[in-house]
Amino acid sequence: MQKIVLLGDEAIAQGALDAGVSAVYAYPGTPSTEITEFVLRSKEHKSGAVVATWTANEKTSVEAAIGVSYVGKRAMACMKHVGMNVAADAFMNAPITGVNGGLVIVSADDPGMHSSQNEQDSRYYGKFAQIPILEPVNQQQAYDMMPYAFEMSERLNVPVLIRITTRLAHSRAGVVMGEKRAQNPLSLPKNPRQFVLLPSIARQQYHMLLENMPLIESESEKSGFNTYFDGANKKLGILTTGIAFNYLMENFDDGIEYPVLRIAQYPVPRKMIQRLYDECETIMVIEEGYPIIEEGLRGILDNGKKILGRLDGTLPREGELNPTIIAKAFSFELQVENTIPQVVTPRPPALCAGCPHTDSYNALNIVMEEFGKGRVFADIGCYTLAALQPLEAINTCVDMGASITMAKGAADVGLVPAVAVIGDSTFTHSGITGLLDAINCKSPITVMILDNGTTGMTGGQQSQATGKIEDICLGLGVEKEHIHVLNPIRKYHDENVAIMKQELKYKGVSVIIPRRECIITLGARIRSTQSEKV
Amino acid sequence: MKKDIVLGGVGGQGILTIAATIGTAAVGRGLFLKQSEVHGMSQRGGDVMSNLRLSSNEIYSDLIPKGKADIIIGVEPMEALRHLPMLKPEGWLITNVKPFVNIPNYPNIDVILAEIEKLNHHVSLDADQIAKDLGSVKAANMVMLGAAIPFIDLDFAAFEEALQIIFGRKGQELVQLNVAALRAGMNEAQKFL
Repeated sequence: MQKIVLLGDEAIAQGALDAGVSAVYAYPGTPSTEITEFVLRSKEHKSGAVVATWTANEKTSVEAAIGVSYVGKRAMACMKHVGMNVAADAFMNAPITGVNGGLVIVSADDPGMHSSQNEQDSRYYGKFAQIPILEPVNQQQAYDMMPYAFEMSERLNVPVLIRITTRLAHSRAGVVMGEKRAQNPLSLPKNPRQFVLLPSIARQQYHMLLENMPLIESESEKSGFNTYFDGANKKLGILTTGIAFNYLMENFDDGIEYPVLRIAQYPVPRKMIQRLYDECETIMVIEEGYPIIEEGLRGILDNGKKILGRLDGTLPREGELNPTIIAKAFSFELQVENTIPQVVTPRPPALCAGCPHTDSYNALNIVMEEFGKGRVFADIGCYTLAALQPLEAINTCVDMGASITMAKGAADVGLVPAVAVIGDSTFTHSGITGLLDAINCKSPITVMILDNGTTGMTGGQQSQATGKIEDICLGLGVEKEHIHVLNPIRKYHDENVAIMKQELKYKGVSVIIPRRECIITLGARIRSTQSEKV
Repeated sequence: MKKDIVLGGVGGQGILTIAATIGTAAVGRGLFLKQSEVHGMSQRGGDVMSNLRLSSNEIYSDLIPKGKADIIIGVEPMEALRHLPMLKPEGWLITNVKPFVNIPNYPNIDVILAEIEKLNHHVSLDADQIAKDLGSVKAANMVMLGAAIPFIDLDFAAFEEALQIIFGRKGQELVQLNVAALRAGMNEAQKFL
């Protein structure tokens, strides 16, 4: 069998391709981006056999995937954990419609917030939606789970959530490939009302989902992905979820004497947990993410057996796990001889040399001088780095699109002028609706849409906004004379400052679009044309 | 065989290429591999790290435990020191001495180099200069990988084959440049043994 080295993200992509997926939709977001990038590079996509596209946002991804499922084909939507919030409307209703073709949603969580604004645990979403969740322990399992996920989705008539975390997403290992399955033929749902969630129908469909729960639960006991490793020493029983198992085993070179229940599929396997609880004196719960199982095991009153985990301080309440944290939980002695020398200075990420955003912010900083700090509402992308030194140009970053709406709220109650700064891709992701709100209220805000022609932070994926921003703004109702496109280079600094100053005075919505290509994608484009010439 | 390697540098310095080369070489020799990388925000000029684990047995954790790394390869001297707590007591620090200055408060390089000199097991070399002499400063990362080869327990040919796999489609000239950089780094490291 062929063994290839893949990132966890790529193992999921290859697994989906081999499972006969027909379409993959995603909005880029670390650490999920490489799943869709892999599919976009695949021969299956390039030959036209598999559809793969970046979408405006995660909600449109999931909805398109539901449409694919509706016609009987297998579909996957991929996102980072906070993308689940955007997709939640579609995600929460898909279990009520059920599926026709297999439907898999992948959420890549980011415990430790390496590249995110929170560390929310997507397993809550799976539980909320009452659907099966698969949480692979390693790259091989990530691959192996994909055919099963699609097959189970079709057999049990539910979407399936795959939950991974940063370390699996962005770590490579050898993966043994399996069989390749053909795609499903096009076929409409047998029940023409299955996807019509009118209350009268939705009640029946929801009832069916709940009736299905025993089957969904029994799947967790028998699929083989949840594994019980018995141990002779019953003083302690250990429950791990996802990759936490690896960090545990790393500390037991010669094998582990305690029983271990390794969970990789939800709803939790009740019988297996019961056995661990009955047979062991104390239970340790090691979860990469929020203490979901631990909380359930303790119950509201926490008056059962002694439980060790994130809630009693045995493990940290927050952040990503690692082998060293687990070693500390067992009070193993660490052989760490070296410390970081004092001379070592932090090196935070920064905007690249030659980045167009730097020029935009240099102009904005001059303009804002006369009003004082605290008036610039920004958004999520490379340009968020302007919160730090040396620019220190922005004051907020909450969620995709919040720049425009927060500026509107602040302006509505008297902070005038208020400025919103948003990237092109973020604008089409979630900024358009907020801009409409502002226009409808004639809110006195100035919106800067930093257009670098790409989704920069995640590595330069296609932006859905390219070539459309002015038309979108005009269509929404921004007045033509209050839309300005600037060239953010040093040469035009004074001119750009003058336009910004003028628009800040306007008591309505103005849009300023500093437009210059991302320096990274520009470089890559030049290199690829050069190599084509050779 | 079991080797745990920490790679440290700044986003854009070619750390992932070093990792890919070692990984390809290891898989080519039938070893198990886990290679954890940093993607996303930190790649924008921040410090980046990769954990690389090779073993003849199955590897569990994607991350190396603190104090267990056999080798730290620093493509930049301050970044090499940043990961020092990862190093085993008898482990080796192999680092470029050429600083990458992209922060206003970059410390005095002599203080950094003095910290490196304090370590019993270290190899330090000017990879940028060596690469420049070979024709391209871009090959500095391969010079650093070359300097680590004596400590990795894989034969030189395994790395040559890996470079062929990784750079082959971009032309033999590039493959040969990288092989030369690898060899130059390796020769430099021998002086420290």
